[in-house]
Amino acid sequence: MPLLIRRIGFYLIAAYAAITLDFFIPRMLPGNALSAILTQMRGVVTPAQLASMAAEYGADDKQSLLSQYFTYVGHTLSGNFGLSLSHQETPVSTVLGGDLPWTIGLIGSATVVAFLLGTLIGIMAGWRRGGLLDAIVPVSTFFQAIPYFVLGLLLLIIFGSDLAWFPIGGGYDTTNRYVTYVQGWNWPYMSSVLQHLVLPGTTVVLASIAGWIVGMRNMMITTMDEDYVLVAAAKGLSRFRVIGIAARNAILPTISNFTLSISLVVTGAVLVEVVFDYPGIGNEMFNAITAADYPLLQGILLVVTFAVLIANFLADLAYVVLDPRSRREA
Amino acid sequence: MTSTLPTETMTGGSPATPAAPARRRRRHYPIKVQVGAGITLFFILIAIFGPELAPHSAAWVANTTNGTPQPPSGSNWLGTDNTQHDLYSALLLGARSTLLISFVAGAFATVLSVAMGVTSGYVGGVTDEVMSIITNIFLALPGLLILMVILKPLPPGDQNNSLVIGFVVALSSWAYGARALRAQTLTLRDQDYVVSARVIGERKRRIVIYEILPNLLPIVAASFIFTVIYGMGVYVALCYLGVVSPASGSWGTLLQTAQASGAIEANQWWWYLPPALCIALVGIGLALLNFGIDEIINPRIRSSRSKRRDVKFQLGLTPVVRPATSTVVEGEQL
Amino acid sequence: MTDSVTPPAGTAPTVVHGPKREGTPALEARGLTKHFPVGRGKVVHAVEEISIALPEATVTAVVGESGSGKSTLARLLTGLIKPTSGELLLDGKPVGTSAKALRAYTSDVHLVLQDPFSSLNSAHSVGYHIERPLKLHSDVRGAELDAKVVELLDRVSLSPGAEFAAKYPHELSGGQRQRVAIARGLAVRPRVLLADEPVSMLDVSIRLGVLNLFDGLREDERLAILYVTHDIASARYLADTIVVMYAGQVVESGPAEQITDAPQHPYTQLLLSAAPDPARDQAPELRGSGSPPSLVNPPSGCRFHPRCPFAMAVCKEQAPPSLPVGTDQVAACWLHSPEHKAEADAVSAQI
Repeated sequence: MPLLIRRIGFYLIAAYAAITLDFFIPRMLPGNALSAILTQMRGVVTPAQLASMAAEYGADDKQSLLSQYFTYVGHTLSGNFGLSLSHQETPVSTVLGGDLPWTIGLIGSATVVAFLLGTLIGIMAGWRRGGLLDAIVPVSTFFQAIPYFVLGLLLLIIFGSDLAWFPIGGGYDTTNRYVTYVQGWNWPYMSSVLQHLVLPGTTVVLASIAGWIVGMRNMMITTMDEDYVLVAAAKGLSRFRVIGIAARNAILPTISNFTLSISLVVTGAVLVEVVFDYPGIGNEMFNAITAADYPLLQGILLVVTFAVLIANFLADLAYVVLDPRSRREA
Repeated sequence: MTSTLPTETMTGGSPATPAAPARRRRRHYPIKVQVGAGITLFFILIAIFGPELAPHSAAWVANTTNGTPQPPSGSNWLGTDNTQHDLYSALLLGARSTLLISFVAGAFATVLSVAMGVTSGYVGGVTDEVMSIITNIFLALPGLLILMVILKPLPPGDQNNSLVIGFVVALSSWAYGARALRAQTLTLRDQDYVVSARVIGERKRRIVIYEILPNLLPIVAASFIFTVIYGMGVYVALCYLGVVSPASGSWGTLLQTAQASGAIEANQWWWYLPPALCIALVGIGLALLNFGIDEIINPRIRSSRSKRRDVKFQLGLTPVVRPATSTVVEGEQL
Repeated sequence: MTDSVTPPAGTAPTVVHGPKREGTPALEARGLTKHFPVGRGKVVHAVEEISIALPEATVTAVVGESGSGKSTLARLLTGLIKPTSGELLLDGKPVGTSAKALRAYTSDVHLVLQDPFSSLNSAHSVGYHIERPLKLHSDVRGAELDAKVVELLDRVSLSPGAEFAAKYPHELSGGQRQRVAIARGLAVRPRVLLADEPVSMLDVSIRLGVLNLFDGLREDERLAILYVTHDIASARYLADTIVVMYAGQVVESGPAEQITDAPQHPYTQLLLSAAPDPARDQAPELRGSGSPPSLVNPPSGCRFHPRCPFAMAVCKEQAPPSLPVGTDQVAACWLHSPEHKAEADAVSAQI
């Protein structure tokens, strides 16, 4: 339990650092931030927008830096991320609220699949050393070495464009002239969603599964050298159960390795969305960059950061649950 | 001298430890490493000599009227883009900035991770606590996103400065190596030879540099390659998203212009496929190298080669696969 | 006859263990105590109030089982670990705690470690290992340095020295590596050589050679040697004095042959009866059962009392002082206390 408390403490510090960083970014921009943003904006700025932006970016001299900071922190913690410049003054939180489910769906399902498949393959590869499964290792390394979105691009080209097996963009079919899909829990909509999920999801799975496979395989090999596995086999347990015993111990370091890679997976998935024009946070971010929509960008940054921290925390929780040793004080 | 036993002659020693220098051993490099090294070297050469080999400069255009990209032909090996620039030249020119920044990022990241990780591990105490928190923060925050927000408003002049961009990219990748190095330093710190060095009066700095670092080299090498791969991924992503647009072009910007011009839908493969493939190949080459180093560090995880079918796995024994006829040591009697 | 340091008025005399010789001992430790903090408020009582003196040209053996604190004692004597209390005196003068003083101390005291396979850095050659202490503690350089390295290697019977200097640790056997470790220690020209189980990990056939090397060093270099071991037989072979440790304290000390011929403390008796003896025709009768105690919560009074076949009521309440039991021999056991003689006789008669 003290371990968890320490971790929570750390996550709070990291979250605080992220908020502070976010606060300073627009103020660190070279030159007059406000004029730079204005010149990059398309369209007309209303006086209300101007005033709010001035307050937001520190061009407003009425407040001291410190009070601006506290205002900003206060706004962030209450979910007020400001108004999105490129979405006609829609609050950033609303914009993100629409995008978040798509991204979570993509990353969540891909990670679950990658985890299950990856650890299973890794266990098998580690157990049956030599032979066909060992060839998996270089193959998965192949996929791991390619940047996420290049992989997505290649998949898009091969399966989406050349073979036309899967649609090449969007979260669901918006171009069909015969059927209008209504969002909600109806089958036509869901099947379209699934169809569009395949390619981006596969990209994320392929790119991240290598980590699970290789990590699990190496840990299995090291674990199977331990005496307690030998004892289990000597006791006459079925092979399946012996593997289970070894796997349960081997999985622990793999999970803690996973926590390291969470931010990588999230970043990669975000890029994949851009490739596939998937209506999630990643795509939103891409558009925000092009439009220089700073409030939106800051909001995205914070949301993604918090998501990564929460995911890390969940993984830590899983680790504590699975490993009785970490619950006892050292 | 009161020793009653005869002076010991030179007899064979114990099996080689992985960190031992291959002084009089011919090391047999596995096929993975050779292939990986070959690919990497090939692209490094292209990066160095690319601009000279390119048949056309970046500004050259085939003609100024045609707005459609042309497929590969005798004069343009990889065709042209929608402004009639020669894509083969663009590919060669782009290699330099892509690879240069990747390696610069890798170098900076490795220096940072060694400094932070080893110091934190060896010194311990409050310094360790503080450095660990900093490292963990860098690990937890999504680096690429922060980079995007920071780099977007940079003036174009800075965007051409490889050192600046490389350093900024390194900031997002040093934390992984630092963690691994810290963990290993903690282990090495309690090794007997470190204790012995302290007993004879070696200073701390000397111990870290001369006793601990040499035994960390495999990890440092693996970390360097990892950060280069990662740096390339980050840099290509930045170019692809349009956050950074170097004047000399890079593979990432090629991809960006390709997708922005609808090349994918129009099936103009000669435009977007070559840069994507090149990026993938460099990544694979480096990854193979990295994997080879991993196996050298931990001989147990080597996958058996197909020739050795007689290595059967038995529970309780982990076969360490050594390539046959690889170790020749002069003068050793076993 | 017990030797004792003149104590401050009002306290019991402190017994100093070790060989009794004229003059100032090369290294002396007074009241060394080390408690390692672990977790919330608890400590491991690793070493408790030990005073030991090592005169030059002697070998003192510290014998005990794993966890007795003997390795900690050796490290405390090197200055690598700071004691919780107590002090060290080199040639009668207190050892300073400043970094400079500790560095100077490293040229007087050296520690040879147990594991020959990890005490040398596989990244460096043998010659490098010997050169470093020479460079750190003397002004010898260049050709003279190389000659000195060769001389030291020859001194520990690694000849030809020049060829060995070029080798790397993984090319040597365990015995050879230990000799290199010893040569490295000699390079600093120490007054005191501490050895923590130097032969435990060597083949039995090689041990004698290394032990004889220590013997030679005692005579020729007039070193004060501390030999930590769990093997009481080798202690008797090599040492002048044996100090027996249990659970962080000294339970008995005295001349080597006296201790092994006539042990007076029940723990020493247990150790000796457990040592293999080909000449014995009967199976040994092991008196005393159980296992070493936890050092976080050591037993009250005498730490051996849970295992002792002679335990009396007083043993649980009060820790016994070191009582004289023979010429230069002391044992920390209530059995030898004149006040409890009647009870002691009754208990001994029962066994």
